[in-house]
Amino acid sequence: MAKAFQKIYTQITQITKATCSVKATNVGYDELATVEGRLAQVVKIIDDEVTLQIFEGTEGIPTNAEVIFLGKAPSLKVSDQLAGRFFNAYGNPIDGGPIPEGEERQIGGPSVNPVRRKQPSELIATGISGIDLNNTLVTGQKIPFFADPDQPFNQVMATVALRAKADKIILGGMGMTNDDYLYYKNVFSNAGALDRIIIFMNTTEDPAVERLLVPDMALTAAEYFAVDKNEKVLVLLSDMTSYSDALAIVSNRMDQIPSKDSMPGSLYSDLAKIYEKAAQFPDGGSITIIAVTTLSGGDITHAVPDNTGYITEGQLFLRHDTTIGKVIVDPFRSLSRLKQLVQGKKTREDHPQVMNAAVRLYADAANARTKLENGFDLTDYDQRALDFAKDYSEYLLAIDVNLDTVEMLDTTWGLFSKHFRPQEVNMRMELVERYWKK
Amino acid sequence: MTKGKVKGIISNLVIVEVDAPVAQNEIAYINLDGVKLMAEVIKVEGKNVYIQVFESTRGLKVGMEVDFQGHMLEAMLGPGLLEKKLDGLSHDLDKMEGVFLKRGQYTPSLDEKRLWKFKPIAKAGDKVSAASWLGEVDENYQPHKIMVPFTMTEEYTVKSVISEGEYTVYQTIAIIVDKNGKEHEINMVQKWPVKVPMTHYKEKPRPYRLLETGVRSIDTLNPIVEGGTGFIPGAFGTGKTVLQHAISKQAEADIVVIAACGERANEVVEIFTEFPELEDPHTGRKLIERTIIVANTSNMPVAAREASVYTAMTIGEYYRAMGLKVLLMADSTSRWAQALREMSNRMEELPGPDAFPMDISAIISNFYGRAGHVKLNNGHEGSITFIGTVSPAGGNLKEPVTENTKKVARCFYALEQDRADRKRYPAINPIESYSKYLEYPEFEEFISKEISEDWTSKVNDMKTRLLRGKEISEQINILGDDGVPTEYHITFWKSELIDFVILQQDAFDDIDAVTPIERQKYILDMVIDICRTDFQFDNFTDAADYFKEMINICRQMNYSEFKSDKFNAHRAELDKLIKTKHQEN
Repeated sequence: MAKAFQKIYTQITQITKATCSVKATNVGYDELATVEGRLAQVVKIIDDEVTLQIFEGTEGIPTNAEVIFLGKAPSLKVSDQLAGRFFNAYGNPIDGGPIPEGEERQIGGPSVNPVRRKQPSELIATGISGIDLNNTLVTGQKIPFFADPDQPFNQVMATVALRAKADKIILGGMGMTNDDYLYYKNVFSNAGALDRIIIFMNTTEDPAVERLLVPDMALTAAEYFAVDKNEKVLVLLSDMTSYSDALAIVSNRMDQIPSKDSMPGSLYSDLAKIYEKAAQFPDGGSITIIAVTTLSGGDITHAVPDNTGYITEGQLFLRHDTTIGKVIVDPFRSLSRLKQLVQGKKTREDHPQVMNAAVRLYADAANARTKLENGFDLTDYDQRALDFAKDYSEYLLAIDVNLDTVEMLDTTWGLFSKHFRPQEVNMRMELVERYWKK
Repeated sequence: MTKGKVKGIISNLVIVEVDAPVAQNEIAYINLDGVKLMAEVIKVEGKNVYIQVFESTRGLKVGMEVDFQGHMLEAMLGPGLLEKKLDGLSHDLDKMEGVFLKRGQYTPSLDEKRLWKFKPIAKAGDKVSAASWLGEVDENYQPHKIMVPFTMTEEYTVKSVISEGEYTVYQTIAIIVDKNGKEHEINMVQKWPVKVPMTHYKEKPRPYRLLETGVRSIDTLNPIVEGGTGFIPGAFGTGKTVLQHAISKQAEADIVVIAACGERANEVVEIFTEFPELEDPHTGRKLIERTIIVANTSNMPVAAREASVYTAMTIGEYYRAMGLKVLLMADSTSRWAQALREMSNRMEELPGPDAFPMDISAIISNFYGRAGHVKLNNGHEGSITFIGTVSPAGGNLKEPVTENTKKVARCFYALEQDRADRKRYPAINPIESYSKYLEYPEFEEFISKEISEDWTSKVNDMKTRLLRGKEISEQINILGDDGVPTEYHITFWKSELIDFVILQQDAFDDIDAVTPIERQKYILDMVIDICRTDFQFDNFTDAADYFKEMINICRQMNYSEFKSDKFNAHRAELDKLIKTKHQEN
């Protein structure tokens, strides 16, 4: 790996579990190096003492290890040859193919000037009405699934990705099990979509710290297609909790004072840097990010989901609905903040009010269920609300539903008239007159 | 100027060795192969100066040169700030090149070539001091005063003021003479260190005038006043941003400064896209014409985040000194506190609660203290109303930023997850939220004169009813519908009526989004009249059906244009409905 003009340093002064320090000069901050052939990055410089974070870990590194500085930050060669290829966290092929050629770009580049962004306005149709009806997604949006590890978020993400009509789908896997990786690979190849897929994969079998490079790799590739090629790019990141765990490991080994839940104090900025790469660009390209944040026991007050919630434009929750025995998109906790940019504008006029009314009635059903569980009698309205909620889950919220938005709206109006009287839905009179199913 | 050399780099904290004087908070530029990186001194230890860099330090090397500037971080002030989109360090984002932000692009916030219509105010012989008005230019229909620079500390005599005409910002518009006879040329541009409050006013009396926002659960229930302070804490997804945007669109202010501090870029884009289209409900002009946006979104450099709120406040103080009503919104002050935490952590300071720096409470209270209603030295009045949002970790209000803000802000608008889940927007909890201004006799006097004498008593009646409604709903949850008398249900439904008709407001409906104060009075009178009416029902289901119908009619009224035929028809329908169940004694 060493080239003729490169200087080799061997004076290692300190070794910890993840880092080593070496006496060296003329080293740039963030620069890459190899330590005994392992890739490392500069994280601290004091005078001539340079601290390097070694991605694979420091097991077996001797005090006379050979350190070679590469004179550049981590980078990726970008070109159309990336399409259809699978890479590891360093951007090296893992599919047996050749190394793609192209312009070398540093990953983790600068952010978009906010005045150059365009307002997202293009609807992403997924056919899942728990998403399209209640939490419509828009190109340029960033939204995670908040899910327990046992929930079928990978299936839903794969469905969304394939139906979303994106020009490129880039999957960044962080601490993904090998089985899930193979699942994605199969689903994409069965759908005949491999030519528009790019994968950067760090599985549970790879060193944890390596996964810190995955989102930046995926997003550098995404920026190439969205900015240089004006394409619509969908980036899937799974799982951002594993990514944050890696951040915590590094920060801990660098003796930083942890803040909430042992996470580094900079967690918000670290996550924002990734998610804010989602953008609608002026010349038509866009980057949309759909991520997964796994929860522990559904706890969304943990630092990772909590900071994520403040960064992303909403979040999607899955829930197992026992009344119908299926997984639904939870209408209470799920939210797409950009939905109002398309609802009623790119979709039918009644969309916003239908959505709100249905969720409000669903909330009435939840109250009725509480009453029932506490052993109280139900009123006629309570009973009707419960019946409505069951139908609503079955025909709309379940993740196996595949409808277009007009069908979703008509189905909801059908349920309103089946269970309620017009004055009970609390909507604008004109809409009720126009759409109420008699 | 003092020079130094880079000695160490830890992320955006850089250690510089110097051998000449430097000041705390002094600005420095690092020369990275020809690109200048702006930084600020935050700690000095012997020859080692710790500076926080406002940019990424990628590629920075030991030995690179650093130039200290001899001044603190300053905002450039003058005509032409309105409609500007600035970064946290007050550089003009529109003037920067390319889709991506490049390091070292420091564009000035004012336009050198633009001509301004100037009219003199002061004349030769006038005694003036810092912040005295020398003349004015027309900036988007606002009288933008050209003032004696705030940094000039003495008494001066005006020698001459240029005649009415069109001038650029750097042309001399006045000459003033100090007591030693030295002449000073004054142009329209001045600079002020953003972390230092501008205190060029006579006094800061208690604020009392209602600042109309068009949001019913603020104006009617917990009003904020011109020069008041308020804060909006809320977990994510409780509608903080929608509420904040509604206030900045609708508030009756001359100037609106929005500090987007560490929040989502798309939210700023929404302002950029919508404000040039939307009309100011009070003047009919485009909203953008009165707005200044200071944007340091969450992916922009962290160190500039702290600077962004100070920059916004300084711009607010500058316009207040012209006798204008300024509304300053900061979303979110928690991100600013987190930026302080990141830096404090890198400097290895001993942490305070939740790893925030120990002086977080002093920093927050000093900042809120810069807002206020002031009497200027020339007798005019100006104000800065400040509303900050807080993003409490885990939605838990017992965290340092929320607790310390609560000590200083006079209005508290608590956004509640439960209300948001039930889509009862705006999700301001009516029981826990408060406005201290309701208790001010000055405010009471103002409101009885401007709106009506019984306003506060009706508002308090409404608050009591909301509390009673909540208590009853809890009792019903425990005892069941049959477990409480029908009268309880009636009281509960009256509180629901208040909730649905006054508190809930559709921010995305053209008509319902803004309720002018006359209309708020109409609604309050109407709802309180109903609440004070006795109704008779045989059982609780009849009461529920009846009130649901009533709520539905009232909401149709909210969706209709005020006093239009449709509105009046709904009102007639409502009166008819009330007659059917009103118990005549």
